[in-house]
Amino acid sequence: MAQDQANEPERVFNMYKKMLLIRAFEEAAGENFHAGNVRGSVHQYIGEEAIAVGICANLRKEDLLTSYHRGHGHSIAKGADPRAMMLELFGRVGGTSGGKGGSMHIADFSVGMLGANGVIADGCTISVGAAQAIKLLKQDKIVVNFIGDGGINRGPFMEALNWAKIYNLPVLFVCENNQIAATTTTKTVTAGEGIAARAESYGIPAITIDGNDLLLVDNTSARIIDEIRSGSGPQLIQAMTYRLRGHFAHDKALYRIPGEAEAALEFEPVRRTESWLITQGISEEELANARDEAEQTISQYVVDAHAAPWPDIADAFTDVQDVGAPQVGVNS
Amino acid sequence: MTEMTYAQAARLGLKEELERDPTVWALGEDLGFEGGMAGQYKDLQAEYGADRIVDTPISEATIMGAAIGAALAGTRPIAELRFSDFAMCAVDELVNQAAKARYMFGGQARVPMVARMPIGIRGGIAAQHSQSPEAWYAHVPGLVVVTPATPSDNRGLLKAAIRCDDPVVYMEHKGLWGSVGEVNENDVEPLTLGKARIVKEGSDLTIVTWAGMVSVVEKAAITLSEEGVSTEVIDLRTLWPWDREAVFSSVIKTGRMMVVHEAVQVGGFGGEISSEVTEHLFDNLKGPVKRMGGARIPIPFSIPLEESYMISQEQVIAKARSFF
Ligand SMILES: Cc1ncc(C[n+]2csc(CCOP(=O)(O)OP(=O)(O)O)c2C)c(N)n1
Repeated sequence: MAQDQANEPERVFNMYKKMLLIRAFEEAAGENFHAGNVRGSVHQYIGEEAIAVGICANLRKEDLLTSYHRGHGHSIAKGADPRAMMLELFGRVGGTSGGKGGSMHIADFSVGMLGANGVIADGCTISVGAAQAIKLLKQDKIVVNFIGDGGINRGPFMEALNWAKIYNLPVLFVCENNQIAATTTTKTVTAGEGIAARAESYGIPAITIDGNDLLLVDNTSARIIDEIRSGSGPQLIQAMTYRLRGHFAHDKALYRIPGEAEAALEFEPVRRTESWLITQGISEEELANARDEAEQTISQYVVDAHAAPWPDIADAFTDVQDVGAPQVGVNS
Repeated sequence: MTEMTYAQAARLGLKEELERDPTVWALGEDLGFEGGMAGQYKDLQAEYGADRIVDTPISEATIMGAAIGAALAGTRPIAELRFSDFAMCAVDELVNQAAKARYMFGGQARVPMVARMPIGIRGGIAAQHSQSPEAWYAHVPGLVVVTPATPSDNRGLLKAAIRCDDPVVYMEHKGLWGSVGEVNENDVEPLTLGKARIVKEGSDLTIVTWAGMVSVVEKAAITLSEEGVSTEVIDLRTLWPWDREAVFSSVIKTGRMMVVHEAVQVGGFGGEISSEVTEHLFDNLKGPVKRMGGARIPIPFSIPLEESYMISQEQVIAKARSFF
C-alpha cells in the first residue's frame, strides 16, 4: 500500500466488502453444514475477518500464502474464487480441488494460496521452504504463514521460526490469537510470555496488535510487508481476535463463560469497520447494499453448488502420482 | 566403465543433476564440511554454493517440510535425513503433506522432491540407526519408494528420483556405501522407476529381493545353481511401484518363489509380493511362496546378536533347498 492510500475510505470500503464476502461465505457454510449439505468439518472464521483481509490487501497475486484448518477467510482474501470454494465444500465438480479436499484442503495455486491444512503448524515448515525456493529462483515475492494460537506449541512452529531467521527468509508469520484452541484456553497450556516473545527470542521482530481493527491491521502489515520485501528477514504479527462461533460449525462452545461471546460482538471487525466508514461519510444505505450484495453472491454460489455434478468415481483415482499410479478398481 | 563406490556413484548422479537443472538443490545436516555421512555430497557445497547444498539445523520436521514447500514453489529439493530412523521425526510432513498435496488440492500441485533416508544395518549402530522401514512408505498412496542395490543403480535411480514429479522416498542401504561396482560414466540417462533388474537368470527358483540383501542372495544363488538348483534373482530396485511383470514372468517360468529382505518379516513388503503371487499365480506354483525377513526384535548391538538378526548366505541356501 502506498503511504497516501492509508485509511482512504475507498480502500477501506473495498476491504470491508471482502470481509462481508467472507462473513457471508462462513454463514452459508455453517447453515449448509447444519442442513447436511456440507460434510466433515467446517471451521468458521467469523469474527476474525479483518486479519486476513488487512494482511492480504498488502500482498501481490504472486506472493504465497499458507494457512491452517480455519482457512476459508485467508483463501478468499488472497483471491481464491469463493464459488469454487463453495462447490468444494459440497464435494462437487468445479470445486477448488474437484471435491477431493473439502474445507481443510482449500487451495488456489493460481493466486499463490498454497493450501489450508488439516495438521496444525505444518504450514509453518512449508512456508519457510517456499521462501527458500523464492530465494533460489531469485523471485521478488514473500510468503505469509497464518497460524492459530494453539499451533505455537507444536515443534514445527519453533523450528520454522529458527529456520526463517538463520536463512533470513522473506516470511511473515501471522498468529491469529483468538485465545482458545478447540476447547482449551491457550494461556493455560502455554509457558512464558507467549507468541511474540517466542519470536523475539529468535531475534524475529514481533508486534502484537488488535486484529479486529481493520485499519490497524492494514497499516501495520503494509509497513511490515514492505520491510520484508526490502530484505528485513522474517517478522511476526500477533493479531488479537475472538472466535465468535464454536471451534467448528457443530460446536456449541459450552466451555465459554456465559455472555462472553455476546460481549465480544461489540468489538467484532465488521461492525467496527462500519462505524468508521460512517464517520467518513459512507451512508447506512451503502453499507446495507454491500451486505445484501455479499449475501446474494454467496446464496447464488450455494444454488450453484447444489446444482453442480458429483465427481465421477474414477476421479478418486486421479492425481495420486505419476509413477505407480493406481488404476480404477485395482487395489494392488 | 569406471569403478566406484555406491556413495561415489550417488555423488556423481547428484552432481550431474545439479549441473543439468538449476532448480535442483539439497538440504540436510552436515552436507557441507562433512560432505554427507558417506561422502555422497563431498565438495558439492564448495562447487554449487551454500544456497544449493544447504547445511540445516537439526530440525528434521522442517528439513522435510521445507523441501515440500520448496517443491510446491517450483524447485526440486533433495531432503537428506541421514538415517531412515531420524526421518521418523518427519513422517507427518512426508505422509500427510508431501504424499497428499497433489491429491488434496485436486491436481493443482506437484511435489517433486526426494526424501533421502538410508536404511539398514551398517554394523554396531544398534536399534535407532539400523532399521529398514521401507514397507511403511510403500503403504502410503502418493509416494514412490526406491531401494538401490549397486553403485550403478545408485546413480541412475537417484537421477530418476530427482527428475520424478512425485515425492520419492530414496532409501540407500548404509551397509553398501563402500561397495564397489562398475559405472558407465558416458551413460548419463536416468533409469526407469519401476523396472526390476534380473541379477541372475535361472529356471527352478525365483528369489525376489532388494537393497542390502541383493549381494547376499546373488552369492547364495551362484552356490545353489552350482548344486543344480537354477536360481533366478530379481532385484526389485523400487518397491513402489514394484515390477509385477518381471516377478510374475519369472515365477511362471520357475514355479517357485521366495522373497528375502532385511526388514522385519512381519508386515514387511515381502508379504505383499507373496500374497499377490499366490493369488494370481497359484496354478503355476509348485510349492508355497516363502519369505525370509528379520526377526521382530529391535536391531541389537553386540556382534553375535546383530549377526543373529541378519540373513546369511547359508540361511538363504537352506531355505531354498527346502523347496526340493
Ligand atoms: C497436529 C494436530 N494436532 C491436533 C489437531 C486437532 N485440532 C484441530 S484444530 C485444533 C485447535 C487449534 O487451535 P488454534 O491453533 O488456536 O486455531 P483455532 O482453531 O483457534 O483457529 C486442534 C487441537 C490437528 N488438526 N493437528
